[in-house]
Parts: sequence; structure tokens; C-alpha cells
Amino acid sequence: MEIHVELKTKSKMFCQCSANYFGKEPNSNTCPVCLGMPGALPVPNKQAVEWTVKIGKALNCSINKRTKFDRKHYYYPDLPKGYQISQYDEPIAVKGHLDITFKGKDNSLTEKRFNITRVHLEEDTGKLTHAGEDTLVDFNRSSVPLVEIVTEPDFENADDVKVFLEELHTIIRTLDVSDADMEKGSMRMEPNISLSLYENKEERMKNLPKYKVEVKNINSFNFAKKAIEYELKRQAEILDKGETPTQETRGYNEDKGITYSQRSKEEAQDYRYFPEPDIPPMEFTDDFIEKVEKTIPELPASKVKSYLNDYQLKYDDAFILTRDSSLSTYYEKLIAVLSKEKQLDLKKQNLEQALANVIVNKRIQTNISEKEFAEKFIKMFARVEVDESQLETSLEKAIQENPKAVSDYKSGKTNAVMALVGTVMREMRGQADAMDVRKRLEEKINKI
Amino acid sequence: MDIFGKSLTELRDLIKSNKISSKELFSYFAKRAEKYNSDLNAYLTMIDFTDHSEGDLSGIPIAIKDNFCTQGVRTTASAKVLDSFIPPYESTVTRRLKEAGVLFTGKTNMDAWAHGSSTETSDYGPTKNPWDTTRAPGGSSGGSAAVVSSFLAPAAIGSETAGSIRQPASWCGIVGLKPTYGRVSRYGVIAMGSSFDCPGPMTQTVEDAAMILQVIAGKDPYDATSATEEVPDYRKQMTEKRTLTFGVPDEYMKGLDRDVEKKVEESLKVLEKLGHKVKRVSLLDPKYSISVYTILQRAEVSSNLARYDGIRYGNGRDAFGSEAKRRMMLGTYTLSHGYYDAFYKKAQKIKTLIIEDLKRVFDDVDLIVAAPTPMTALKLGEFEKYPFFGETMDVLNEAAAVAGTPAISIPCGLDSKGLPVGLQFMGNYFDEGTILNAAYQFEKETNFFDVLAEGRKKYE
Repeated sequence: MEIHVELKTKSKMFCQCSANYFGKEPNSNTCPVCLGMPGALPVPNKQAVEWTVKIGKALNCSINKRTKFDRKHYYYPDLPKGYQISQYDEPIAVKGHLDITFKGKDNSLTEKRFNITRVHLEEDTGKLTHAGEDTLVDFNRSSVPLVEIVTEPDFENADDVKVFLEELHTIIRTLDVSDADMEKGSMRMEPNISLSLYENKEERMKNLPKYKVEVKNINSFNFAKKAIEYELKRQAEILDKGETPTQETRGYNEDKGITYSQRSKEEAQDYRYFPEPDIPPMEFTDDFIEKVEKTIPELPASKVKSYLNDYQLKYDDAFILTRDSSLSTYYEKLIAVLSKEKQLDLKKQNLEQALANVIVNKRIQTNISEKEFAEKFIKMFARVEVDESQLETSLEKAIQENPKAVSDYKSGKTNAVMALVGTVMREMRGQADAMDVRKRLEEKINKI
Repeated sequence: MDIFGKSLTELRDLIKSNKISSKELFSYFAKRAEKYNSDLNAYLTMIDFTDHSEGDLSGIPIAIKDNFCTQGVRTTASAKVLDSFIPPYESTVTRRLKEAGVLFTGKTNMDAWAHGSSTETSDYGPTKNPWDTTRAPGGSSGGSAAVVSSFLAPAAIGSETAGSIRQPASWCGIVGLKPTYGRVSRYGVIAMGSSFDCPGPMTQTVEDAAMILQVIAGKDPYDATSATEEVPDYRKQMTEKRTLTFGVPDEYMKGLDRDVEKKVEESLKVLEKLGHKVKRVSLLDPKYSISVYTILQRAEVSSNLARYDGIRYGNGRDAFGSEAKRRMMLGTYTLSHGYYDAFYKKAQKIKTLIIEDLKRVFDDVDLIVAAPTPMTALKLGEFEKYPFFGETMDVLNEAAAVAGTPAISIPCGLDSKGLPVGLQFMGNYFDEGTILNAAYQFEKETNFFDVLAEGRKKYE
């Protein structure tokens, strides 16, 4: 997989234009640097470099202490300099992994590891719009910081990919470095698909297929899954005929659910990479890397584990609560507030699970302040204050005034007691616990 | 008032003491350009008088090489591809000059994209050498050298990738200083070889060079390769009483024109007479610098010119001249898959050796002294005999260019044809102060053998 994530820094990667280009009038968010004008020079955005280190660390990568930018050359009208400033042989982060928990049909949990090859920083390109015979170019997006994450070929099926992408998306959002909004294109993914018969990874890596199909224009996890499933089928059919699929770039048509050929990659493009002479190489100290690492909040997978261990939550609830860091923060704040509350009657559940149930089942909406939520929750689970003498009187009265129900119960129609429970609860104006009332009524009737 | 031949420093005093207004001074040079530029073709674009800021160089007119982007003023780098390009932004060098009060007389001709050493590759025709208009002024900053030599401007800004300030300064008999790489910002200078390009002053006196360098040097937030080293007071360093040790590399005395060799030897005697120590040293053969420089610079050129893809700036890639095309092809080839290691990577390794070699010599001597170019000004058209003309002319300049160290070219006499000969001092990183000090001592002692007065005589 190749995943591109646009960082939400204040300014662009190499100039001071705003990195937030969305919805702006075409070419209004530009300057000589991001237009690649003569003599204009790139100056790297420190925040973007730090955030790439942050992403690298979050994906368990090792950080290259010496790293540099390179020029990647190709001609395209949305690339104003004729090259993209990217990273070639010394990316910021390398050799990481992401462990993901999968829940089986029998509710058993298994963990799979997906290895990360590299994480590097580059600049985004402009955008082309085709209008009839004309092609228009908008450079508002040109030079917005873009992080590329490349994985090893560790995916065995389309579900693997979908789960991986969802987890990665959650991590990026938790790190608060990108909107990772697929609709807006701030997270883009390109699966590279080929089929192998080797199940053992070592064997597979030694005998990689001779071709690779890259699929572009995918803007949702479901489409990624569908595009891959389509490709697996298409490629299998070709391979079964004894032929080799063409090495190419394909697009995904979401309406038809199919991929289609965009351009052949038979001749590998020569990008003529060489070190960007306008930007000196960067050297990171251990201190710097450590400081960046400290800014990483607890990541969703670890949070799931602590919810399971510390709160004894059900796996599904723990998973749902950790998909959005603002929700898990909300949840944790509520625990802090409500754990001081003594007047809650949660039956056999612990507070954490009760709260999780209410949130997950949307019994109280989470779009209100924690204080308001807590008030509603307390009302929902308020311990009932019972007036013992009034209850005792009420119980006796109900038995005496309903001899038919009593005798029905005694003759084995145990449900008859519910009528008495109703009577008592009405009498008590709800200020009693129905289960308790039933229990005590049964005890009394049995003694008669 | 007789302004003819006045240095920047003298003109500055005249303006400061209100003996002349900046407008009068400006129109003096504008009129001279009007009179002589059609012969010399040194200016491509003239600039009108405007208001100026108040600063160290208030009201001083200076000519600007046409590869510096000047806001609102056509900037072509002498290339037809950019024929109608008017930058909406200012280069850092010209911005700093403007802030110091400088007025720009015009934009000077150069080899197209700075590719050359004679100004003959200009898409707007060659500049003529004011000493002999059948000869080339050198290049690529040939227009800047010619306007200073013929006094169409009291000083000019040039830029050097390898020799493009020193060689034309030498051929036109003026002072040309190439600062340390990173000492002066490259922002807004149309890139040639990005890891070598250095803007610098081209002047009539050493003090003028020091004064301009003072204004344009220093860290620039818009150039990540600009140096953070503090900028010293150059005029103070220039006038300090110092006894220096000069190293003369044997390898750089080979293959010189006999007249050039003679003048350099005489200059060494001047240095000794001034009490300095002159000793022979050994440096790597300059042929290695040529190879390294050619590989690295062509690679960068092929990349830097990729942006002129015909979509913007009006003219397509067919508007490139043949020299630019040759360089792009060679650069593209050396960066291609399978050749990168053999050429680019290897060149980078040898670059490191060249740097170490220079550093080793600077442990022993304060400055290295050599000729800036093996011969004096050639006839126009002669460059076609040399496939790597620039590299041959700049053989003695390329070590400093590759290493990024500073150097100056100053006049040291005339050859038997009556053409100016240059002398070069090369210094250690960020040691422009010592270079200026030595050059100033030499100037005080010899008045550059009256070369400057001789050069402008015809244009009085």
C-alpha cells in the first residue's frame, strides 16, 4: 500500500502560503515559491518535519538521524518546477510496523502485523480540471506538505487492507497532524496489487510476482476493498490462462465497481532523483526525536487494551470508543466525573461498562457537554430512595386487597405477582425498585 | 562636476555632501548608456529613475545582471524563453540594495542562463569588450563587467557559478569578488548550478566591493542554504595592517599564456615587496575540479531548467539556445538510472577531496594566489573552437567554485596586446575579509597599474 496524507500545518511545505487550500478561488493561494517561479527557493516547514517524525514513531519506525530532500523529475502541468521535492534514499522514517487486532467470527481475538517500509515527506502538486477542450490548472494545493507511507506486501486479502487503512486513519487523526479526510483528498491510498501463490512471507518476498498493478482514485475504505477484490479476480483470471497481467496504473470507477487501465508502466519511469541542492541535509538529535515522541498521545490500539484490562469493557465497546480520540477523551472525562457520584445504581455493571453501553447504544447523545451528559446519566441511574415503612404498608395493603392474585400465584401462576408489583409501584410513585418489590411480595405470599 | 571615473565611495560622498543629487547622478549614467550601449550591448533593459530609500548607499546607481529578479522590471537571464517575464517579486540581493538606497541603472547582458564564459550565448547578441569591441568581455557576467569597465555604471552586481564574476572582471580589467557560497542569498537569482551560484560585486575599487558585500551579505530566511555566520565589518577588515602568507600552487601556473604568467610573477614580487610571505604550495590538479564541476553543474542545470516547460512564460522549450540544450542533455544523461552512481555520486566524492585539499593548504597559508584565467580576452567567435569553452577559461576558478570558497580577481597590468590581465586571491571559507585586505594593499601599492583609467579612456 502507498498512502498519502496531507498535513494540516499552518503554512505550506516550502513557503508561507496557507496549507489550507480547500474551497479557495483557484490560484489565489500561491506565491513565487509554490508556483516554481525563476529564482524562488524552498525553505522546509519545521512543523511538517516534526510531524513526519511523529507519524514515523507512531508507526514504530526507526528515524533516520540524517535525512535529506531529493528532486523527483517528471513533466506534468500540475508540477510547476518540473520536479517534485520528495525524499528518495534517506527518508525520515523506515522499518516500522503496525499490529492490528482482528476479531474472529467466534469472538476470538488475533493479532496481525503489517510492516511499514518507509515514511517520507514531500510536497503535493497542483490540480488539473478538464473543461471541454481546455485543461485548467490550479496551484492552490501546490507544495502542501504530503506524507507518504509505504507498506510491505503483507496483505493477504482485501479485508486486511480495509482494517489496516481504518486503523491507520484513526492513528493519523489521533496524532492530530491531518484531517485525513478522504472526500477532500487529504488522505489518499494506492494499493499495488499482484498475486502470489506463496503463503510464507519469506518465500513470497524471494519470489515476488513479475508485475504490479497500481490502482488510483480511491476515496473510501470500502472502495479500496472493492477495487482490490475486483483486481484479485481480474488478475486471477489472467493468471489462470497462463498469462501475466500487464504492469500498469489503473483507475477505480466507483459507480461500476471496476478498475480500468490508465497508463502502462511497462517501462519504468526514470525520475532522475538527486539531492535537492536548495535544502541542506537535516540532522536530528536523539533529544529532538525524544521530544517529538513525547507529543504522541496514547494510540487507539493501546487504548483498547487498557479499556479491556482496566475497565473490563467488552471488546466491541472498547473498539468503538477508541476510534475517535475526542470520543475516548469524552468518555474518560465522564468516568472521572461520575466515579465521584455515590448515588448511582448500576446494578451489576461497573461504571465504565455502564457508561460505555449508554454511549455506544446512543442512549444519551455525546454532542452535549460532559456536565450535561453526566446529569442525564445520573438521572438514568439514580439510586431510588425508598421509604421503608411506607413500602411495608404498601406491600401488606396490596396482598390484602388482591386475594385473587395471591391465590393465582399460589396455585402456580407466578406471573400473577406482577399485578401486585404494579400496584405497589403505583402506590410508591415509582420510588422503589421493582425487582426488590417482586422479591419481597413473593416472600410474603409464600409465608401465607 | 566631473564624475567620470569616480568610484562608488567617492560618489557616495558627493551625494552625502549634497554636491550632486541622486537624480543628476542617475541621468549622468543613463545618458552614457544611451551613447555607448548600442556599441557594447552591455545593457538589455534600462530602468527609469525612481525614488529611493535612505541608507548606506543612498542614491548610488548600480547595474544588475539580468538573472536577478527585479520586481516590475523585465528579467530574462538573456534567454528568449523568458523574453517577456516581469517578476512580481524582488531577489534578496536587489531588495537589500534597494533598502540601502541603491538605484538600478539597468539589467545587464549575460550568457543565456549564465551558460558560458564570453556572453556570446546570450539570446540578445554578445556584449563587446570595452577594451576592444572585436573581443568578448568574458562571462557569464560580461554585461556587468563591461558597464563597469566603460563607466556606464560605477559598479555592478554579477553572479558566479564557476568564474562568471572573476573571469569577465579579469578580461575587462575591473575588480570582481565571488563570496563564499551561502554568504549572499540566492533567493530570486535565476538558478544555474544551485549548489555553486554566488552573487557578488563587480567594481572599480576594492573598497567598493567591500561596501556592496556589506549590504548584500547575511542570512536570508528565504534561502535555506544561506549561512548564519555573522557578517563582519568588511571595510574595517580591509584596512587592518596585516602581513600575510600567500601560497602559489604550482599546478595553477601551468598552461598560462606567457603574458599572463609574467604579470602574475610580477605581482608576486609586489606582494613580497609589501612584506608578505610568498611560498609555493601544491593543490590537486585543476582538471579534477573541471570534471567534478561539469558533472554536478550540468545535472543541476537539467533540473533547474525543467520548469520552463512552455506552459508559462510565453515561450516553449524550442526557444532554448543550443548551449542550454547541450547542458540539459548532458545533465539528464548523468542523472539517468544506471549512470547516477558513475557520475553524480562519484563527482560528489571528489568534491569532498577538493574541499579537503583546499583546507589543507589553508592550514599553511592565508591566501592562495593565481591567475583567474589562463589568457586575456579572446576575439568574439573564438569560443566555438572549444567544446567546453567555459570550463577551459575557468580552469583556475573551479576549485573555489566546487568548494564554495571565496575569491577575488583584480587587475595586475596589461599584456602585450594592451589587454588587462587579472590576479586572483582565493581565501578560506567566510574569509572575505582577508581577501579584501590583500587586494586593498595591492591596490594601494599599484593603483592596479592604472588599468581602470586606461580601460574607460575611450568612453570619456
